[in-house]
Amino acid sequence: MSTKYPTYLLDRAKIEGAHTLAVAQKHGAWEALRKILKDGIGFAQVIQLVKDSGLRGRGGAGFPTGMKWSFMPDPVKDPRPRYVAINADESEPGTCKDRVIMELDPHGFLEGALIAAYAMRAQVVYVYVRGEYRLPYKRVADAVAEARKAGLIGKNILGSDFSCEVYMHQGAGAYICGEETGLMESLEGKRGHPRPKPPFPAMFGLWGQPTTVNNVETVFNAPFIVLRGAEWFKSMGTKGSTGNLLVGVSGHVNKPGVYELPFGVSCREILEDVCGGMWKHKQLKSFFPGGSSTGVLPASLIDTPMEHDAIKNTGSMLGTAAMIVMDEDTCMVRAHEIVARFYEHESCGQCSQCREGTQWLHQIFQRIEHGHGRLEDIDMLVTLSKGMAPGKTICALSDAAAIPTLAVIKHFRGEFEEHVKLARCPFLPAGTQRPVFAGAH
Amino acid sequence: MALPARLVTEFTELLTHYPHKQAALIPALHRCQEELGGWISPQTMQDVATFLGLEPVEVYGVASFYPMFRLRPPGKHVVSVCHNISCALRGADEVLQQVCQITGAQPHGNSPDGRFTVNTVECQGACANAPMFDLDGVYHEDLTAEKVAKILGSVK
Repeated sequence: MSTKYPTYLLDRAKIEGAHTLAVAQKHGAWEALRKILKDGIGFAQVIQLVKDSGLRGRGGAGFPTGMKWSFMPDPVKDPRPRYVAINADESEPGTCKDRVIMELDPHGFLEGALIAAYAMRAQVVYVYVRGEYRLPYKRVADAVAEARKAGLIGKNILGSDFSCEVYMHQGAGAYICGEETGLMESLEGKRGHPRPKPPFPAMFGLWGQPTTVNNVETVFNAPFIVLRGAEWFKSMGTKGSTGNLLVGVSGHVNKPGVYELPFGVSCREILEDVCGGMWKHKQLKSFFPGGSSTGVLPASLIDTPMEHDAIKNTGSMLGTAAMIVMDEDTCMVRAHEIVARFYEHESCGQCSQCREGTQWLHQIFQRIEHGHGRLEDIDMLVTLSKGMAPGKTICALSDAAAIPTLAVIKHFRGEFEEHVKLARCPFLPAGTQRPVFAGAH
Repeated sequence: MALPARLVTEFTELLTHYPHKQAALIPALHRCQEELGGWISPQTMQDVATFLGLEPVEVYGVASFYPMFRLRPPGKHVVSVCHNISCALRGADEVLQQVCQITGAQPHGNSPDGRFTVNTVECQGACANAPMFDLDGVYHEDLTAEKVAKILGSVK
């Protein structure tokens, strides 16, 4: 991959055995927490530092992390127990970056989680890992055990008056538990039904207590900011999106992978230089810039910089920076039939717009793809999507189904019309059909 | 019936992680599924409910919400084929077809000889190494027809 940009996130992860405490410590893990505790850096200073760095959440929404941390109430006025929950429920289609951190540098991740807990004066951290991630779970769980033995987790960490426990918690395959209030419900042992906001988690989170939910990669940045400073962090990326981020690239590229890049590198550079160009020498047709919830962009927008504002200006979103690349032979209707099926499957069912809407979207995409569509179905998809979003439901899953639908029709309406006119998918040879499996859904 | 002693010991420790017992439900169901035949039987739900002070229907409500919990006995081996977008772009349909052919199972069903359960699953976070499936809790990535044949051929 391209080495022309400074890196820090995955430097240690590349070292053999970095998931063990001995190797990780030799290469700088836990130094930031030591510094905080030894130099007596106050929690308010840590929050200010993170605010100054401009760090934004890496879980999809891009909310400023320091500000989020500052929402936790003052423990003197509000002495209730308080929690940090780490969102390791990575499930957005196309996204596979937190897994890399947890598998290869679990100590760096835990150190970040502990710094978050220190800044917010939380006594307990829960790491909510998606159930399918067995190796990442094991790596982090082993790291917790090692760190606890070394006095880095538990009572009076490194002899200070800071005490914090870390508990691992396994999810069970529901995408909706990556939504922060769904995650909290799930952690409490319930169905992952998101909660209406307000009240916000900082005031009423896990078991009604002050709670902050942070993504793995977000807290993973914290130790570097503590050691190297806010100015250093801001020297990478763009004005509104500072630092490096992990970009996961999948689909029709020569070298799919998870790459560390500063915000602001163009999607073309990611595709052509970092990922070695298109697979099988095909032409680029379209790409999701940040996971399947972010609307597709046509090839003509490949020069868009990978950063929050620029991608927003195209009408899409940076999301989790999970770029899904599609070549000229990809049927956009079929691609969105899959995406719509996913949201139907994952809707928790609380809000009717989402429960019904995701089903209808899937059914309509399906009938257009399989040659039974009507021209008015295309406008029906638009009308439905506008009834589902924005902000019409408890959480954003409904939006996540509506946004890609509106985007694909905006950029590829002609392809939908062609399906209807031919009464079949133009990307399949005439007379053939896609395999349909009994029982598959 | 009651939970085996080893699970009771384990779950007693698990309860110390949370201020409320119910929080242990999902981790406990995972362990039960692993230890008690690969699924969550009605009896297991009753036993877990008793242990955590819940109504059986509360346990059922949770167990049936989460796709990873199996409420029917699976085959000896479980193959979960990702068919979401990134895998689909790299040939998930063909992988699924091949898996069904080799095992004799249809998606969300067991093979006639009871050796395999085949599932289609949504994104497993292996997108940069698509296509993939999970066999008995282990990811197999960057699949090709040869790899699929070899992996499934070596399953006992």
